[in-house]
Amino acid sequence: MLRYANPKRFLDLSAAVLPWLWLGAAGLMGWGLWAGLFASPPDYQQSESVRIMYVHVPSAWLSMFLYGVMFAASVVGLVWRHPLADAAAKEAAPIGACFTAICLVTGSLWGRPMWGTYWAWDPRLTSELVLLILYLGYMALWAAIEDRQKAARSAAVLCIVGVINIPIIHFSVEWWNSLHQGPSVVRFENGALAPAIDPSMLWPLLAMAVGSTLLAIAVLFVRIGTEIGRRRLATLMAQQAAG
Amino acid sequence: MSGFIALLRRDLVLAFRLGGGPFLGVGFFLTVTTLLPLGVGARLELLGQAAGGFLWVAASLSALLSLERIFQADVEDGSLDQILLGPLPLEASVLAKALAHWLTTGLPLTAAAPALALLLNMPVAGYGPLLLSLLIGSPALSLIGTIGAALTAGLRRGGLLLSLVVLPLFVPVVIFGAGAVAAAINGFNPVPALLFLGATSLVALVVTPPAAAAALRIHLS
Repeated sequence: MLRYANPKRFLDLSAAVLPWLWLGAAGLMGWGLWAGLFASPPDYQQSESVRIMYVHVPSAWLSMFLYGVMFAASVVGLVWRHPLADAAAKEAAPIGACFTAICLVTGSLWGRPMWGTYWAWDPRLTSELVLLILYLGYMALWAAIEDRQKAARSAAVLCIVGVINIPIIHFSVEWWNSLHQGPSVVRFENGALAPAIDPSMLWPLLAMAVGSTLLAIAVLFVRIGTEIGRRRLATLMAQQAAG
Repeated sequence: MSGFIALLRRDLVLAFRLGGGPFLGVGFFLTVTTLLPLGVGARLELLGQAAGGFLWVAASLSALLSLERIFQADVEDGSLDQILLGPLPLEASVLAKALAHWLTTGLPLTAAAPALALLLNMPVAGYGPLLLSLLIGSPALSLIGTIGAALTAGLRRGGLLLSLVVLPLFVPVVIFGAGAVAAAINGFNPVPALLFLGATSLVALVVTPPAAAAALRIHLS
């Protein structure tokens, strides 16, 4: 892992992996969207609006996954002082915020026909909204501090405090009010994990989840590459101004 | 320990001599409470139901207002460097500052809350839980806020950023605090909510000193 802390090696790796990531994302999401939107059957209760799930659930997963990426990169950046980890944490935040927003919007569009309201202050909706605000606060802190290193380390502290707080927030909001349906993709049955939805819906959903994750990683790699370039440019300009 | 008390006393003296001390926060609390009926209408029943939650929101906003001052003035005049150089661990200094903040905002707000609850027609059953929840929960507001204040110390336009960073972290405190009052008003047992609130405060007490001290060290490095 530490081998790729070198920006040059990272850029080589990213150049080698990116085409496959794009291809995998396009293939899986293309098939997943086609299967989810056209080929899979409508739900017996929710009819056609169940199809929102194929976008909603993957973005909900990514909203949390990318916060995890941000957290891991923050810890690595804080402990080993790797500029690349700082860049990864910084660049993961806007992607995560974006998927959180998509999750909220699709959930709200689904809620209108299903619950009869766009917004219900249900625990998971509320947690997700708080998560969006945490992302925004993190990005705002990055933007507010001029010194790159100080910004990176301050933002890392905030991210870690946020991770300690997220379970507490989630639990407190759950305690406060509950309307959202329980987890229904997999359930425990007879002591084993069993899929709770029909394979005709499960496979498109999984394809969309994996495809969106590949997409998020690809975008993250591109953004880190841009950030490395931006930093190099700043160094070059500083050298030119000095010499 | 003497350094801790000296720092605490210094912050308290500064709070009382500059900017009105605890009365400013209480004044804000009173003003916001006056705006509520003007905004939603003087329906006493509605106000009584919403009073607990509203007072908690107002209390967290009042705490937020004075957070920026915790480290800002010390960064500007260089006393933060002195505190860092002093014998007291920075974690303990952070705790002293959080305690001073609570003594000048959280505690006075707790004392003022019953009078404001009266203005909002809160049912009698809610008074005990309101007082207790503010007493247990407002230290968490000061503690969590101290992390935000440390992160934004020395920044221009730190105030707005501070609220964006800190308010989402206030969510559990407000939920359990207001939940205790709502439970009592509606005839349920407020104790579970108060216990959760106490747990939240204890977690904040553990997490705050290292986190805020780390943030301050980053700014001063």
